Amino acid sequence: MSQNFRLNTGGLINRDKPIEFKFNGKKYIGYEGDTLASALLANGIHLIGRSFKYHRPRGFFGAGVDEPNAKMQVEINGCSEPNINATEIELVNGLSASSQNCWPSVNFDIGAINNFLNRFFPAGFYYKTFMWPKSFWYRVYEPFIRKAAGLGIASLEKDKERYEHKYEFCDLLVTGSGPAGLASAYAAAKNGAKVILAEDKPRYGGTLLTDDVTIDNLSGKDWSEKIISELKEMPNVIVKNRSQVFGYYDHNMMVMFERTGDHLEKKPKYTPRQRLWYIRAKEVLLSTGSIERPIVFGNNDTPGVFLSAAAKEYMKVYGVLIGKKPIIFTNNDSGYETAIEFKKNGVNPIVLDTREDQNSELINEAKDLDIKIKFSYAVIVAHGYKKVKSATIGKLNKEKIDFENTEQIDCDSICVSGFWTPTVHLASQSGNKLKFNDSIDAFVPDKSKQNEHSLGAANGTFTLQDTLKNSFNTGLEVSKSITKKEEKIQIPNTNERKYSAHDKFWCSPLPKGKNYKRFVDFQNDVAVSDIEVALREGYRSIEHVKRYTTLGMATDQGRTSNLNGLQLVANVEKKIVPQVGHTTFRPPFTPVTIGTIVGREIGKEYMPTRKTPMHHWHEKNNAVWVDAGAWKRPRYYKRGNENLFEASKREAKNVRDHVGVCDVTTLGKIDIKGPDAAEFLNRVYTNAWLKLPVGKARYGVMLREDGIVMDDGTTTRISENHYHMTTTTAQAANVLSHLEYYLQIVWPELNVNVVSTTEQWAGAAIAGPKSRDLLAKLFPKIDVSNEALPFMGYVEGDLFGVKARIFRISFSGELAYEINVESDFGLFMWEKIIDIGEEFNIQPYGTEALSTLRIEMGHVAGPELDGRTIPYDVSLEGLVSKKKDFIGKRSLAKEAFNKADRQKIVGLVPLDRKSSIPEGSHLVENKNAKLPNPKLGHVSSSCWSVENNNPFSLAILKDGKNMIGKKLFAVSPLKNTSIEVEVMSSHYVDHEGKRVRS
Amino acid sequence: MLNIKCPYCGDRSQKEFAYGGDGTITRPKLNQEISDEEWDNFVYLRKSPRGKHIELWHHIAGCRQWFKVERDTTTHEIFRTFKPEE
Repeated sequence: MSQNFRLNTGGLINRDKPIEFKFNGKKYIGYEGDTLASALLANGIHLIGRSFKYHRPRGFFGAGVDEPNAKMQVEINGCSEPNINATEIELVNGLSASSQNCWPSVNFDIGAINNFLNRFFPAGFYYKTFMWPKSFWYRVYEPFIRKAAGLGIASLEKDKERYEHKYEFCDLLVTGSGPAGLASAYAAAKNGAKVILAEDKPRYGGTLLTDDVTIDNLSGKDWSEKIISELKEMPNVIVKNRSQVFGYYDHNMMVMFERTGDHLEKKPKYTPRQRLWYIRAKEVLLSTGSIERPIVFGNNDTPGVFLSAAAKEYMKVYGVLIGKKPIIFTNNDSGYETAIEFKKNGVNPIVLDTREDQNSELINEAKDLDIKIKFSYAVIVAHGYKKVKSATIGKLNKEKIDFENTEQIDCDSICVSGFWTPTVHLASQSGNKLKFNDSIDAFVPDKSKQNEHSLGAANGTFTLQDTLKNSFNTGLEVSKSITKKEEKIQIPNTNERKYSAHDKFWCSPLPKGKNYKRFVDFQNDVAVSDIEVALREGYRSIEHVKRYTTLGMATDQGRTSNLNGLQLVANVEKKIVPQVGHTTFRPPFTPVTIGTIVGREIGKEYMPTRKTPMHHWHEKNNAVWVDAGAWKRPRYYKRGNENLFEASKREAKNVRDHVGVCDVTTLGKIDIKGPDAAEFLNRVYTNAWLKLPVGKARYGVMLREDGIVMDDGTTTRISENHYHMTTTTAQAANVLSHLEYYLQIVWPELNVNVVSTTEQWAGAAIAGPKSRDLLAKLFPKIDVSNEALPFMGYVEGDLFGVKARIFRISFSGELAYEINVESDFGLFMWEKIIDIGEEFNIQPYGTEALSTLRIEMGHVAGPELDGRTIPYDVSLEGLVSKKKDFIGKRSLAKEAFNKADRQKIVGLVPLDRKSSIPEGSHLVENKNAKLPNPKLGHVSSSCWSVENNNPFSLAILKDGKNMIGKKLFAVSPLKNTSIEVEVMSSHYVDHEGKRVRS
Repeated sequence: MLNIKCPYCGDRSQKEFAYGGDGTITRPKLNQEISDEEWDNFVYLRKSPRGKHIELWHHIAGCRQWFKVERDTTTHEIFRTFKPEE
């Protein structure tokens, strides 16, 4: 079969460039400029898929975004993607498409048995049927429904394509390049405004490409080409085709996707497949046009039934006949335009007009062309299973609720026109409450909530002359307020045919005794009878009817079904459509690929990676990484075949026996300056800060206002009015915001400035009994004796020419120091420490050993400061000042925080001295108690104590103070463990803290 | 995505800001005698008004200043933004 339905001439396709493609495994030829849909239709292919619920044969219905049926699985460049609209995808060499929702093939589909069982599939079928027995849901019903439902198949392969995001700003965004869009964009651009004009199709012009009109004595197409080429020359204008504005968000944030790659036969390497545009527009002009409404009749979903405007577009744009024996079924003059186009191409259509005999420019033209017209006629039912073969038509009685006579006539296609529905989706998304316009039987935008205007058909204006006049004027008016210029443009003369009034007829009645399926929503298989069932069952709100029947919930968002659905509800309820109201339109207007939404933020680009200046050294020395927020930290340094447990034990032991070095650059660092800095710290921390001398550090705890511990760390007084605060890695950003809040909002009278210096300083902690000897060698000029540099002392020094800060602070509980140098010298410092430390058996240690050291010392960290603990709970109550006020102090007076049996941190060891206690285990008195077993506390941190060579854990335990010596069970249902433990002090090593002061 | 005018930097996208809660709350003074009820009101209780509301926002990915925003919580319209002392 070779393009038997392609006209010999005409259309905007490139007949010099044939393109080969595949559909359901078979090869076909189309032309450059075709869509997949037009190329298949040129080859006479109508059966392209099966419907969602009943597996009925389905064909093309529209020619663009309005298409509800033609969703296909498409393969391009080896990537398979489901649910691609065949009316939107452009034909490229090698494209391969296949039908969805059918098995084994679209021609013979087993699922079609649903069609014959359709009385068992009423509205709400799933809700009604799969309710019981409850236990069947997971095992039987859900797998069954999952298999039966859904359309295409998502690829399991990683998406190899490239997607990009782009940010743009403009004065005016114009959505759609039909007459309204072109006129308003042109007027605004000429007036100096920065304009973006977006067109979703590859060709500009919208209806100007298919309507028989002239503007300034040019054809619609020629005029649109002239305007577009002028716009493209203007530096203040961006013109984009293949670009769908799909979302209208707050403050005129418009989101658009551009199909940059799919239409290219050979896509350059760095051209993305699709691009997402975030456009912040001062004003938005919605020139989105309108979509033709179907008329509902029996079996109106049979392949071969089209929207009449789509049939015209296939002829005029693609040179394709959708049929050679068409019926045009219309309630308005638009159908005649299609009929005339058929006639011009040598096809004799029959027009069935639901209106009585009348004259208008179009009707007279059709009569003059000898087109057969039957007035007061309607299609009752289409015949033919996989393609329309004939139709039963009838003469309507006066009330149009029954037929005076019926007859069957042969045909191969039926083109319906039920008048036009403005495309108000974006206006509605902007918050515009729509109003019903009686004269066009449709909703149109009402008052704007944001800076937007709807123009032309999108606003219910269906004549070219009015559209151009309004659009030129609006373009000028809106731009005037932005550019303060007023460059007027002569509004062009137009020539168009006058329409006569349309008929409100929207659904053919059923002859007595007949029960034809009449579909309202094709994509979700919702028929008139389904909506009637929902109403009979008591659903009243249109939002409920929608959800119960799934009317308008498919990917086409009910573009062709919405108003007919509302009309049906109104009729049954004896209301009018505006009383029924409409459902909410939400973004996206058309489906958007996940790839486009994600853009380049995939894999390691998903979030920034923070690396310390010593990162490459760690890498070279077999660091195994752990993520700490965005930071990469060495978890341990692997030697030979060591695992995590062995390596961390070795590293921790080496700290206890000799000396270790740890990269602590990731700790949050905040520089605090100002005459009121001491007073500020005194309010932020729970302990006293006014008397901290210069050159000393102090450990501090800060609370939230609700009394819960927020963070802890040391702060050092560098000079009189200069402090250096450290925070935990995780809380660094929150603490800075917290400090800024109090300085800027609560106590602006304090003269203090804070700034993050986390990335300005590289930090290395050297810990262990040999750390002083090492420090002496690193800083030969400094007296590092216990007297000169005591615990919590601070001194500045010279590290082989590099300025360094030395803090005698300890997280490991050992004699320890922290050295900070400017980040650029971080690696230099680290290598010096490793080099010189060699004689002291230095080893680097990672976060796992770091945790081991702090846990067995009983130092609290993130797992204990988990947003649920007050100072008492983590045994920091000694740091809470009784004398002064501070953030959160008043909350500590709460009754619950002062109960005698308040939870408190304790240590745990397993009775067998062998079993590791999983973190998160629950502590219970009796492991065999009846459920729910009262929980006394939970295990927060666990390690293998290298000092005592057995497992040790920290736990938050109810009445922990009085539980020392008791035996409990640590049970973990997750790990299925139950370990008997002994409760002890949380300080398992060096209870008196001698080592840090040695 | 909102478009927020930082009083120090001008119009910026919402992405640069963090929401900071109710902007009409005043923290009790330090060392002030205060009842449990008053303190609990300050710490926990917030109105969630429908319509105009003054909020705190923080320009975290910009100048790091806290400021106030008068915004309609239903339409997201922003009427004004201002420095905390204004």
